[in-house]
Amino acid sequence: MKEIIDYQTIKSVSGPLILVEGVKGVKYEELVEIILQNNETRRGKVLEINEDKALVQVFEGTSGIDPEKTKVRFLARGIKLGVGPDMLGRVFTGLGIPRDGYPDIVAEKYVDINGLPINPYSRNYPNEFIQTGISAIDGLNTLVRGQKLPIFSGSGLPHNKLAAQIARQAKVLGKEESFAVVFGTMGLTFEESEYFIQNFEETGALEKTVLFLNLADDPAIERIATPRVALTAAEYLAFEKDMHVLVILTDMTNYCEALREISAARKEIPGRRGYPGYLYTDLSTIYERSGRIKGKKGSITLIPILSMPEDDKTHPIPDLTGYITEGQIILSRILHKKNVSPPIDVLPSLSRLKDKGIGKGKTREDHADLFNQLFAAYARGKEAQELAVILGDAALTDIDKLYVKFAENFEERYISQDNYEDRDIEGTLDLGWELLTILPIQEMKRVREAYLKKYYLPLKKEK
Amino acid sequence: MKEKHIAKKGEIVKVSGPLVVAKEMSGSKMYDVVRVGNPGLIGEIIEMKGELAAIQVYEDTAGIGPKEPVVPTYKPLSVELGPGLIEAIFDGIQRPLSVIAKETGAFIERGINVASLNREKKWDFNPLKKQGDKVEEGDVLGTVRETPLLIHKIMVPFGVSGTIANIEKGTFTIEQPIAVIKNDKGEKIEIKMYHTWPVRKPRPYKQKLAPNEVLSTGQRVIDTFFPIAKGGTACVPGPFGSGKTVIQHQLAKWADAEVIVYIGCGERGNEMTDVLIEFPELKDPRTGKPLMQRTTLIANTSNMPVAAREASVYTGITIGEYFRDMGYSVAVMADSTSRWAEAMREISGRMEEMPGEEGYPAYLSTRIAEFYERAGKVICLGSEKRKGTLSVIGAVSPPGGDLSDPVVQATLRVVKVFWSLEDKLAFKRHFPAISWLNSYSLYKESLEKSIAKAISHQYVEDSKFAMRLLQEEAELEEIVRLVGIDALSPNERLIMEGARSIREDFLHQNAFHEIDTFTSLEKQSIMLSIVLHYYKRAVEALKKGVELNKLIDMPIREKIARLKFIEEDKDLSSIHSVKKEIDAAFDSLEQEEK
Repeated sequence: MKEIIDYQTIKSVSGPLILVEGVKGVKYEELVEIILQNNETRRGKVLEINEDKALVQVFEGTSGIDPEKTKVRFLARGIKLGVGPDMLGRVFTGLGIPRDGYPDIVAEKYVDINGLPINPYSRNYPNEFIQTGISAIDGLNTLVRGQKLPIFSGSGLPHNKLAAQIARQAKVLGKEESFAVVFGTMGLTFEESEYFIQNFEETGALEKTVLFLNLADDPAIERIATPRVALTAAEYLAFEKDMHVLVILTDMTNYCEALREISAARKEIPGRRGYPGYLYTDLSTIYERSGRIKGKKGSITLIPILSMPEDDKTHPIPDLTGYITEGQIILSRILHKKNVSPPIDVLPSLSRLKDKGIGKGKTREDHADLFNQLFAAYARGKEAQELAVILGDAALTDIDKLYVKFAENFEERYISQDNYEDRDIEGTLDLGWELLTILPIQEMKRVREAYLKKYYLPLKKEK
Repeated sequence: MKEKHIAKKGEIVKVSGPLVVAKEMSGSKMYDVVRVGNPGLIGEIIEMKGELAAIQVYEDTAGIGPKEPVVPTYKPLSVELGPGLIEAIFDGIQRPLSVIAKETGAFIERGINVASLNREKKWDFNPLKKQGDKVEEGDVLGTVRETPLLIHKIMVPFGVSGTIANIEKGTFTIEQPIAVIKNDKGEKIEIKMYHTWPVRKPRPYKQKLAPNEVLSTGQRVIDTFFPIAKGGTACVPGPFGSGKTVIQHQLAKWADAEVIVYIGCGERGNEMTDVLIEFPELKDPRTGKPLMQRTTLIANTSNMPVAAREASVYTGITIGEYFRDMGYSVAVMADSTSRWAEAMREISGRMEEMPGEEGYPAYLSTRIAEFYERAGKVICLGSEKRKGTLSVIGAVSPPGGDLSDPVVQATLRVVKVFWSLEDKLAFKRHFPAISWLNSYSLYKESLEKSIAKAISHQYVEDSKFAMRLLQEEAELEEIVRLVGIDALSPNERLIMEGARSIREDFLHQNAFHEIDTFTSLEKQSIMLSIVLHYYKRAVEALKKGVELNKLIDMPIREKIARLKFIEEDKDLSSIHSVKKEIDAAFDSLEQEEK
């Protein structure tokens, strides 16, 4: 053990960073305590160490730090989170300190919040279908256990409503297992976080929930730690307490902005739009912590929410997120204005893991063919709709008119559903077939003949 | 040379992420491997300034600080080449992940030191040479059946030649000598079944040749329109969700290569798990054996240390070259080279180098070119003049799908095949979402001969005809977008229909359908000829006065749409019969008209 020394050698303060000189034995990523002249203690971590100079990032911000009077203490360990079964039902700050007025939890152990990478050899492939009761997700962009599926949204869109509905309704069919929700917020407003808490309370899920709240008025740099703290709690619950954990992180855009702030303060060469070049790597160390592990019962399913600046999908945050996550659910402002709710834009949305989570014994044999056909038909319907806008309905061929009708019905009846409607998968699939009967059989190119006979023709005859 | 044997320790002065600077490092060379800090993390020297060395560390550097030691090894970063490579999964610096899992559990801890190849496993060595034979570098001494799909040839290492003083037969571990060679100077050299090779140095060969055989992939849009040659290079750029990884997986599964090296470079962990689970179950369509038996996996997922990601592509291609040297056709898939470039950028940024475009280092394009140039068709070392090929297919993930990205541009300057993925196609669920308008293959002409010989000349012609039709469709689409479909003549409408049929009935291919996932060249040629046959007959029928709508609504077209689901090994004749049915349908239509 190294001797813990208080240094009073702050050389400079700039943005969220302080530079401390003359230090000995300081390690990279070490946890730091900063004790202000009024005895307020803040926390930070070592970002760079060069001989006897340590660059420290202060989570709670640097306002009020007097370089001459402030003491810095290096704690000879990384940032750790105390974890234990008591966490469930509690509310913490973004750094894992209780904020609900109750005492600290009895920690079973302390875990480094950075975690360790899961060995790809030890992973178990996510293939258990999660029924969210939302057709646009279950039918077309199926979520599976252990997946990381973000919601790409924009300001003013109902992503919170959707996330709450998923948290409320998500279940694996035919199984009663212990589950938990870990909820991490970064820069969310009080109102928004209250909405979630109330929602969890209403459904009685609060006692199965761990909340890590960094609100809009909390220090921005603390947000760097929040998702890692939340995932550390989730890893403990999933891989040591055998729980199926749903992690919701919102809003990742605020996280990335905090990261950019630090990068700018360090005067690093900026990448696109001023975000640091290592944003991809940094985000992946968060997102990749979801998954299933061979020989462990629990799992971590991750739903990060991010608001796309100006609804631009090519903005670095959604762009890099999409490269790491296993698909994305995209909300559309146009659908929202057309009163389609939830306004899920199914064409650019995608669940990469759906193929392994659907089919016989999981959902139903015809699921894959059906969604391929629905996608193709909806895409063509949308195209025809656009054409009709430019040239008028008269320019459409007869078959294109049917496609337009299909697309309209599809948005109105399939994508749209009430926030409290829990559609089971059978209902979702049958609805899909019913809508397809709008189109003639020659158009069913993506479907195997056997399924046409079994599901499509009987409905068609009824008509 | 003297100091080489004294492991003089250096001392850390600076730690910044994966970059560590150490002093008192004189004696070490560029790209030497060192052990960093108290936990002994693996690192590589990437810059020397006087006695200061900048080191990129392949493991997480948290908890490392100044004054900790740096131990030089005086050796460059190398891989072990020998039996045990196939069916294995390694990390970016060739540590076997299965062994790491046994040692530290499901999470990868730091400072693990494990041998790349299994030292205990015994292999059955079968000599092909005998005592007294004269051998030169690259000659095959004997073979080991590594998997039912692959015979591993044990070659005389580079730089060794002479007469065989002794050669064994039987079962050995890779540490036991299997032969002794006496060189011209009379020195006796023990040969083991494995040797090491520095990853950044291309393995030597006798002569490079121009690639001239097609590497069939079973993917219709690729083989028919944008084929890659054995020994060729290709890149697949595309935005996320457009199916890069699915294409890479499809190629790894179905490409007509004897050895596959799949490099998961900075991508998703679950994708590697998918390969690990799926490949042992999939059967090679040519031999019926599990595909895993010809595959080596390098997995350095995005959450694993960034510097090892930089090394992973070199580790992969060196293993690929080693199998090429045995005279095999090898395909290396790198998914994704953008992550490799980003790793370079991160390290370069931390070294405070002057950045080039988008913050990437100025040497980005040189590194990319050097990497792809390691592909090729060669005459291998050795007296038998074996021919081996190494094809490289790199995925590129440009931000926002923007092809002006420096990594895409640098890659396009060196590769010969460009499969452009478009998200527009992906949204329509047209997979593989390879754009037929933007993609190209510079091998197309040079491969025509070999394709015509293997399949038929007609297939080559059909491919050109179909491409022309697709081009015309694109032009007509512009008109439709402006003034509506009514502005088109019946002939033009027919072109649109013909092209649609090519797109939907031929190009669209479902990777997750048990039959559609792979189509042999032969079936491809028949499918295409049938699709075109319908179009050609329809043009004629239109001339004879048959109404356009009747042609479009012909029920036989449903059969054409289902050609892709006809099983290959059953019999291709049932596909042939569709052609006759088309003729019959048209004949009766034309008859009615009369």
